[in-house]
Amino acid sequence: MAQTVFEPWNDPDQEPLIQFRNVTKRFGDFTAIDNLSLDIFEREFFALLGPSGCGKTTMMRMLAGFEGVSEGAIYLSGKDIAPVPPNKRAVNMMFQSYALFPHLSVWDNIAFGLKRDRLPKKAIGDRVSEMLQLTRLEKFAHRKPHQISGGQRQRVALARSLAKAPKLLLLDEPLGALDKKLRQDTQFELMDIQEKTGTTFVIVTHDQEEAMTVASRVAVMDEGRLIQVDTPAQIYESPNSLYVADFIGDVNIIEGHAKKSGDGYDITFAEGQPVLHAKTSRDLGSAGKCYLAIRPEKVTVSAEKPEGRTNLVKGTILDIAYLGNLSTYHVKLASGQIIKAQTANTRRIARRDLTWEDEVWLSWTETAAVVLEV
Amino acid sequence: MRRLVLIAVPYLWLLTLFLIPFLIVLKISLSDTALSIPPYTPTLDLGAGWTGVKEFFAGLDFENFWFLTTDELYWKAYLSSLQIAFLSTIMTLIVGYPIAYGMAQAPDEWRPTLMLLVILPFWTSFLIRVYAWMGILSREGLLNQFLLWTGVIDAPVKILNTDTAVYIGIVYTYLPFMVLPIYATLEKLDESLLEAAEDLGCSRASAFWLVTVPLSKSGIIAGCFLVFIPALGEFVIPSLLGGSQTLMIGKVLWEEFFNNRDWPIASAVAVVLLLILIVPIILFQRNEQKQREAEG
Repeated sequence: MAQTVFEPWNDPDQEPLIQFRNVTKRFGDFTAIDNLSLDIFEREFFALLGPSGCGKTTMMRMLAGFEGVSEGAIYLSGKDIAPVPPNKRAVNMMFQSYALFPHLSVWDNIAFGLKRDRLPKKAIGDRVSEMLQLTRLEKFAHRKPHQISGGQRQRVALARSLAKAPKLLLLDEPLGALDKKLRQDTQFELMDIQEKTGTTFVIVTHDQEEAMTVASRVAVMDEGRLIQVDTPAQIYESPNSLYVADFIGDVNIIEGHAKKSGDGYDITFAEGQPVLHAKTSRDLGSAGKCYLAIRPEKVTVSAEKPEGRTNLVKGTILDIAYLGNLSTYHVKLASGQIIKAQTANTRRIARRDLTWEDEVWLSWTETAAVVLEV
Repeated sequence: MRRLVLIAVPYLWLLTLFLIPFLIVLKISLSDTALSIPPYTPTLDLGAGWTGVKEFFAGLDFENFWFLTTDELYWKAYLSSLQIAFLSTIMTLIVGYPIAYGMAQAPDEWRPTLMLLVILPFWTSFLIRVYAWMGILSREGLLNQFLLWTGVIDAPVKILNTDTAVYIGIVYTYLPFMVLPIYATLEKLDESLLEAAEDLGCSRASAFWLVTVPLSKSGIIAGCFLVFIPALGEFVIPSLLGGSQTLMIGKVLWEEFFNNRDWPIASAVAVVLLLILIVPIILFQRNEQKQREAEG
C-alpha cells in the first residue's frame, strides 16, 4: 500500500488544531510577537526556529498559558484559549531545564499530573508503566532525578509531559542540554514517540539541524514575525528571503543586477565576470538589484573547464576545509568574491587532485540558485 | 603532617572551648555544695599526691542528679521549657515562612534591603530590645493603648509577666533564625518547577503545597532547630517578660546558681539540659548532611 503523504496544511478541508489569529504580544515597550497568524494541524511535528529573542519561546508560553496575548486570539480546536488557565489546558509542556521535581522519584514525577486528575490508583499505575516503557525507563522508576543521567532526565521530562495524553505537547529546546551524539539519537527517538502517540508536537529550537530533522514543518522566526513557514525541504531548497537562506545551512550569496530573460533572470554581478542565469517563477518586479543564493553542495568544482554549463566562473582555491565526509573549497574569483563549493569525499584523500592555489572552474545548473529580492 | 595540623585545629578548638568547660561543669555537678570558695567540694589537691587524687574521686557522686528527680520543680521546668520552646518554634515558623516567601518573591533589587531589615535588629543590644518590649507590653504600654483606642478592649489587659509575653519575646527574638534558612532554600527554588506543576494540573495553591513546601523542607527543619535549641535554654526572655509562674529551666538554672549559690545543682541542671539538646542537635546535623548529599 502506498503511503499517503502527510500534509494537512495543503488540504483546505482540514481544521487546524491551533490557530494564531493576528496575535501581538508586548512586554512594556518591547513587541515580542508582532501581528502573527499561523495554523498548526493535528499530528504535526511543528518547529519554531529562530535566534534567541525572536519570540519563539513567547509563542510557546502563550500556548501553555503562562503568558496572555496583548492583541488577537489563539484557538485550540476552534476554542479561544485566552480564558483557560494553564492547569486546565489540554496542553503540556516539556521544559528546557526539564523542571523535574527533585523531591519525587521518577515514578512520582510521571504520576504527578495523573494524580491531579484524581484518577483511580490502578489507572495511574497502568499509565505510568506505559510511559516508563515508552521511554525505556522501567529500571529507573524509583530513582530520584539527581540519581540519573542527563539523557534519562530528558526522557523522564518527556514521559511526564506525555502522561496526561495532551492534545498538544510543547517542547522548549528539549535537547539543548544533551551532547551532540546523544542529541542525534534522541531526535529520532522523539520522532518515533511522536508517531506512536499521535500527539501534536510543537518544538522550539535555535538549532536548525534539529528543526530540519524532526519537524514536518518549520517556521523560521525573526523579531516576532514569521519569515517562512514550510517543510524542511522547501525551507532549504527555496527560501523566500535572504534571512531564511542565510539562517538555514551554509550558502553563497551573490549580489547583482537582474534582467528578465526567458523563464528566469540574467544576473550580472561583477565586471569581467560572465552573466549568470537562474530559473525562477518568482517575479522581482522592476527593481534590478537582487541576491543569488547558491548552496555550496550544488556548486561543482573541476580542474578542467566543463562543457555546456550555464553558469561557469573561474577562480583559485583559497582554502580547503576537510570535514571527513565532505570537503569545502573556498574559491576566490578574480572579482574578489569568495564562493564555497562542497564535494563529497568519495575517494581517499591521497587521490584528491585539487590543492591550494589551484585554478579551478565552478559551475552550477540554472535551477541550483535561488533569486531573492533585496 | 600538614593534614594532621589542619585536622588538629578544629579539634583543638572543640577541646578548649567545648570539651574542657563541659568537663568542668560535669565535675561540679558531681560535687557537693560547701560554704567555701569555690562553693563546692571536693577540689583536686595535687599537693597530696596519689591519695589526693583518690580522695578527689571518692568525693564525686550522682547525688545531685538524683535530687533533680525527687523535686518536681525540675522536671516540671524541663517539661514546661520543652513546651514553650516547641510552641514558640511553631509560631515562629508560622510568622517566618510568609516573610521568607515574600522576600524570595520580591524583585531582585529589593532582596538585599529586605535581608538587611531582617538582620537589622541584631545591630542593637538584645537586652535593650527586650526592655523595649516591656514598654510595649506593659499595662500602660503601646499595645494596650492601641487596643483601647481601637475599642477591641475596654480595660487594659495584663500581657507583660505572662506566658504570652514570653512567646512574643521568643518569636520576636528568634524570627531571623527562622527566616534566613527558609529564605535561602526558597531563593534557590526554580521558578519553572512551579510552572511545571501548574502545567500538569495544579492550582497555584496546590503547587505551593506540593512543590514549594517540600522543596523548602530542609530550610524549615534548619530554621526550627535554630529556634528550638536556644529557646529551650532561654533565660533572659522568661525572667524579664515572663511572670513568677513562668517556669523555664534556664531561669531555674540562674536561680540555683546566683540566688542559692548551689553550683553543683545548677551544673547538674545544665548537664541534663545538654543531654536533652543532644537529640535535636544530632537530628539537625543529619538534616544538614542529607541536604548536602542531595545537592552534591
